[in-house]
Amino acid sequence: MAPFAGYDMPITYPTGAVEEHLITRRGVGLFDIDHMGQFEITGQGADDFVARMVTAKVSDLVPPMARYSLLLDEKGGVIDDLFVYRLPDSWWIVVNASNRLRDLGWFKVHAPSNVEVADRSDDTYMIAVQGPRAIELIDRVADSPVSNIQRFCWGNLGIDGVPVLFGRTGYTGEDGGELFFPAEKALRLWEFFLRRGNELGIETKPIGLAARDSLRFEAGMPLHGHEISIEINPIEAGFKWACDFEKEFVGKEALLAIIEEGVNRKLVGIEVFGGVPREGYEVASSEGKVIGHCVAGMFCPTVKKYAANAFVASDFAKAGMDVSVIIRGQPRTAVVIKRPLYVPAYRR
Amino acid sequence: MAIDKNARYLESHEYAKPSGEHMIFGISDHAQAELGDVVFVELPAVGKTLSKGAMFGTIESVKAASDLYAPVSGTVVEVNEAVKNDPSLVNKDCYGAGWLIKVAPINASEFSGLLDPAAYGKAIGEE
Repeated sequence: MAPFAGYDMPITYPTGAVEEHLITRRGVGLFDIDHMGQFEITGQGADDFVARMVTAKVSDLVPPMARYSLLLDEKGGVIDDLFVYRLPDSWWIVVNASNRLRDLGWFKVHAPSNVEVADRSDDTYMIAVQGPRAIELIDRVADSPVSNIQRFCWGNLGIDGVPVLFGRTGYTGEDGGELFFPAEKALRLWEFFLRRGNELGIETKPIGLAARDSLRFEAGMPLHGHEISIEINPIEAGFKWACDFEKEFVGKEALLAIIEEGVNRKLVGIEVFGGVPREGYEVASSEGKVIGHCVAGMFCPTVKKYAANAFVASDFAKAGMDVSVIIRGQPRTAVVIKRPLYVPAYRR
Repeated sequence: MAIDKNARYLESHEYAKPSGEHMIFGISDHAQAELGDVVFVELPAVGKTLSKGAMFGTIESVKAASDLYAPVSGTVVEVNEAVKNDPSLVNKDCYGAGWLIKVAPINASEFSGLLDPAAYGKAIGEE
């Protein structure tokens, strides 16, 4: 177990990190992600408020749509990344555990008097059901099918008598969904999925933090504090696509200035030959000059590669560029590669 | 945790096990369990001479990287290529298919100076 944003989370279950990763790519992975925070934003001014606070376009969102977005400070630093759900009478915002209180404060401090921001995190449990057979499993056990809910949309279901808000979203690169339901039903639904998966012959296992990280890494999804952070702007991290410059949003002016000026460093993928790259390791040019550092790195079980995400000087941010990663004092041969290593299901 | 009765151990969890006139090096069951899934192993070239206690390679798991230390002095006569290609063999069978290198020992008396299975068991808290 490891402390994670105030929660005790298993790094792996007895299955082991690599096998947990592979199960999620062939069957169903069950993720206990109650640490994620949920806010509900209501009031007359809520639509305009949400549009101004987050980077993504939200004016075209109607129920049952949801969208990925960033939350920026005025300098363009990434406070958090989040999912915005358009519910019939409110906005449902899903944020990262470690940023929850800061996010909540940020929303509240900016909220005008006709907007209410409520933290629903303590009452809401969140489980992710991910994998190529996840939709099949949920279809078999829910009181209404999820296979007709489109990617990045949500629906209301009943599972084992528990009311569930189901979002067809995830953090693994696989199909599946994220389930929101009353916190007191957590153990009931967790055990229900494991039992029913087994009974139906659909391989279903609990997945720990280590595999959650390698799954999202292969699929090219960012982890706040690594590929994005308050010290990193979305332009250098490659998230301009998540920003709607047709509207006003907090941080927009800073981003326009950054785009105008150009960025000195960029996020790249790097494949390493002869060692496991890890966070903090330096990246050097073929001449041995330090050009950046890794923000995440690991063995990637599906593609069977040792790879890192790194911020490097923009001149080196080209696929095919020969570089090295300094692993425990030794430069190891490496090459800049295209991200992601594994194409997520929704892009296929 | 399994402790191979034919092997002797370092407190840093490497073992040496006689195999004919040679010694096989590997890591203990306790070590592989502590490390978690092993994903990378770097081993020396055949012909390299190692002195007792010298670093002979690196083993990396999902969680961390660890140096490997030679339990006895010797010259490397064989490297387990299978474990380089599939490091999970260390998790699956650390005393068998997950062995690391084979050496020709230089000083036979070093082996008897290592922790015997009972002493190693005590060192890792297992009687």
